[in-house]
Amino acid sequence: MQLHNLTIREAHELLTTKKISSVELTQATLQRAHEIDPKIKSYVTITDDVALKQAKQADERIAKGENVTPLTGIPFAAKDCISTRDIRTTCSSKILEDYVPQYNATVINKLADAGAVLMGKNNMDEFGMGSSCENSAFFNTHNPWDLDRVPGGSSGGSAAAMSASLCSFSLGEDTGGSVRMPAGFCNVTGIKPTYGRVSRYGLISLVSSFDCIGPMTRDVYDCATVLETIAGHDEHDSTTFNSPVPQYNQNLNKSVKGMTIGIPKEYFVSGMEAGVESSIQEAIRTYEKLGMKIQEVSLPNTQYALPVYYLLLFAEASSNLARFDGTRFGLSISENAKDVIDIYLQTRHEGFGDEVKRRIMLGAYALSAGYYDAYYLKAQKVRTLLRRDFETALASVDILLAPTCPTTAFKLGEKTNDPLEMYLSDIYVVATNPAGVPALALPCGFSKGLPVGMQLIGKHLDEQTLFQVGHAYQQETDWHKRLPPL
Amino acid sequence: MSQKIDTDMVKHVAHLVRLGISEDEAQKFSGQFSSIIDYFNMLNEVDTDNVPPASDITNNTNVLREDVAKPSMSREEFLKNAPQSERGYIKVPTVLGEE
Repeated sequence: MQLHNLTIREAHELLTTKKISSVELTQATLQRAHEIDPKIKSYVTITDDVALKQAKQADERIAKGENVTPLTGIPFAAKDCISTRDIRTTCSSKILEDYVPQYNATVINKLADAGAVLMGKNNMDEFGMGSSCENSAFFNTHNPWDLDRVPGGSSGGSAAAMSASLCSFSLGEDTGGSVRMPAGFCNVTGIKPTYGRVSRYGLISLVSSFDCIGPMTRDVYDCATVLETIAGHDEHDSTTFNSPVPQYNQNLNKSVKGMTIGIPKEYFVSGMEAGVESSIQEAIRTYEKLGMKIQEVSLPNTQYALPVYYLLLFAEASSNLARFDGTRFGLSISENAKDVIDIYLQTRHEGFGDEVKRRIMLGAYALSAGYYDAYYLKAQKVRTLLRRDFETALASVDILLAPTCPTTAFKLGEKTNDPLEMYLSDIYVVATNPAGVPALALPCGFSKGLPVGMQLIGKHLDEQTLFQVGHAYQQETDWHKRLPPL
Repeated sequence: MSQKIDTDMVKHVAHLVRLGISEDEAQKFSGQFSSIIDYFNMLNEVDTDNVPPASDITNNTNVLREDVAKPSMSREEFLKNAPQSERGYIKVPTVLGEE
């Protein structure tokens, strides 16, 4: 038995029947990470000491049979934009290279309360700005299915670590596809929950009105388990919903027969790789066999999703990243500074990478006098239209089905010289974030040996239906069980 | 509305976001920005008369709570990450200057 390949559900069963201990599971996974990760580079920091200490505590909980949850003793990794007390949290940026938060994000506290074991922090595109993990200030992460290719982004480290079994689950963060797109590239399951379902407290903000923390797992069952643990109202985040968190695993085995899947016609136009399209069509046929109805729907403003997404991202990011000023925390370059403005200019020039610079400058441009109405306000108005598109389409169907990316994982370096070309790889995943709706990504096949991902998009706060429909697919297929040849 | 973003504009927005920038960088970003902004101009096609702007999707208005004093991070703990501090304060050079 290879402990690192266990799903959360399998590991929980073995832990609670005392066939394995959390220390054994954690040690095996740490050992695997130390052995394999030098090739993948999915971790920025591996926290052996913290993990082993928490694993021992989990074993004590299990031994006493007190307060044992489905995540007690399960090792996980978190994207490095999620604050961890006393553990370096970098956002894969030079400006936070040595930053050690004094507090935990709410999701980290919730997982600690549940007895989960923190193994480390995952590499990402700097501040979440990117679609390939190549914008990390530290190093590239490699796709476990082909080391010459990118894992996707921006949660590329979290996706690659899960894919390569270097943790039992990971936490990513999805601002415009950053969980789903790398999940598709790396053959893992991941969810972008409804905006406001999971607390953003302690998440280093990229776009405050889009950002959603979401789990990345081996299958839908595990994804539901983790989301149930981290979701819920938080007094520290006023955008979180007060509504109770459902038991997401409760309806997993309910039949999907008679339910309706909407296929957004605008997503099936030119530009999709043939192997991606055929995998998606095959998935649709699988659902037909399960008795689901298939209906074409329209999201008429789809072509505007990308400009809306990026304009609002640039604007909000330029404001959010103002806090990195070299005076209160993080990198500070104050040599020869004659005033505080000099500290800002020098620190931010040295501390931010090119993509961050591009985006905050374009954000200032879109917000500045003379351009505000034409860009920022216009994008906010079209955002309303995008939201209405989803409301209208989802009024007549239960869920929507679409690919996560027009292609499979591309080669390292292939798109780094053309920022706009890189932005276009997000075309299928960005619209859900301005609209706020939840979306579940899951493996649905291979094209030339590389994983293909699809996403199920649901109604506001209806993650339960996504899990039900996703789980039904994973009972019929085994794509999600295929592991990379490492 | 299609406009080139010249190096002066790049330097202007760099200053707005307090970002030091070299001449070479301004050149490089100028070319990239023009093609990105051109792409964004496609939004002009969309009729948004009578469409309200959306700043978020929660429909929340003000979320209020009781103003109760609670223990927070100690000053010592808070200052751990400060690059320079003195007598319990964060230290920075002159703030009030010519600009």
